[in-house]
Amino acid sequence: MSAERTAPPVAYWVVFAALLALTALTVAVAAAPLGRWHTPVALAIAAAKATLVVLFFMHALHSTRLTRIVIGASLLWLGIMLALTLADYLSRPWALMADAAR
Amino acid sequence: MPANPPTLAHHFENREQQHEAATLAMWVFLATEVLFFGTLFTGYAVYRQAHAAEFTVGSEHLMTGVGAANTAVLLTSSLTMALAVHAARSGRPRMLALCLGLTMILGSGFLGLKAWEWYTEYREGLVPGSGFHLEPGPTPANARQVELFFVFYFVMTGLHGLHMIVGLGVLLVLLVRSRRYATGYGTAVEVAGLYWHFVDIVWIFLFPLLYLVRH
Repeated sequence: MSAERTAPPVAYWVVFAALLALTALTVAVAAAPLGRWHTPVALAIAAAKATLVVLFFMHALHSTRLTRIVIGASLLWLGIMLALTLADYLSRPWALMADAAR
Repeated sequence: MPANPPTLAHHFENREQQHEAATLAMWVFLATEVLFFGTLFTGYAVYRQAHAAEFTVGSEHLMTGVGAANTAVLLTSSLTMALAVHAARSGRPRMLALCLGLTMILGSGFLGLKAWEWYTEYREGLVPGSGFHLEPGPTPANARQVELFFVFYFVMTGLHGLHMIVGLGVLLVLLVRSRRYATGYGTAVEVAGLYWHFVDIVWIFLFPLLYLVRH
């Protein structure tokens, strides 16, 4: 099936260079005055890096449909957990913990 | 078939099927791991949005340079791991051994830096518990919530480090028996590689979310 078909090794080096560049970018961007956009931007860069690793280092690009379904399923369930949990907490107008300062 | 224990388990028709089954199994396990770490990330998200200022203070106490260096170290180890898989498939046992060895050196380097970080943070009184104390800084902060940040920091990087140690153990076994694994499909190395890359991905998210909290 697709066990023999993977990217030539040079692809690994290109992806590696891109990953390092994205890491430098995320560090640089942290120093920029982005206000409330810091988190979405950091997550977007991290997601891009993770996508590169999954597609090329983990050979997802050349894997079976079943494998890709499993990858999609894990993202789906993670998404459900994050979406519903944050929808709850982000829609509460009151403070999270009434905690006396130490 | 080689004289050593055959590389094809008896319940498989051929090595291609074995390879597919093994990689699918690892992907399914990684799916459970996504949710395993995912719960920690979800909890972190909830408390970070509730106590943004304190989490920023906590984040600024971390050694960002070391974290960035560790990110580069792990990314490089993923490169050498991918090259190891390629060597296994190309039937080059010495190249496989070299790449596995490099991956292990880089992985150990990551753990060494992490240990040094943790020790430094311990000396600075940032470990949650009775010894936790925070120098008064420019941003007024509820020390309790900053301490909560460090609970997440130590638990998440600790769990990640534990996964790295397991990964190093697996790589050691592959390295010692590398001659056996440098054949055709390179299934064992591929499967170990999937695990290793996953642990790298966890760190790819941990680094900006823990070290680069700024507002």
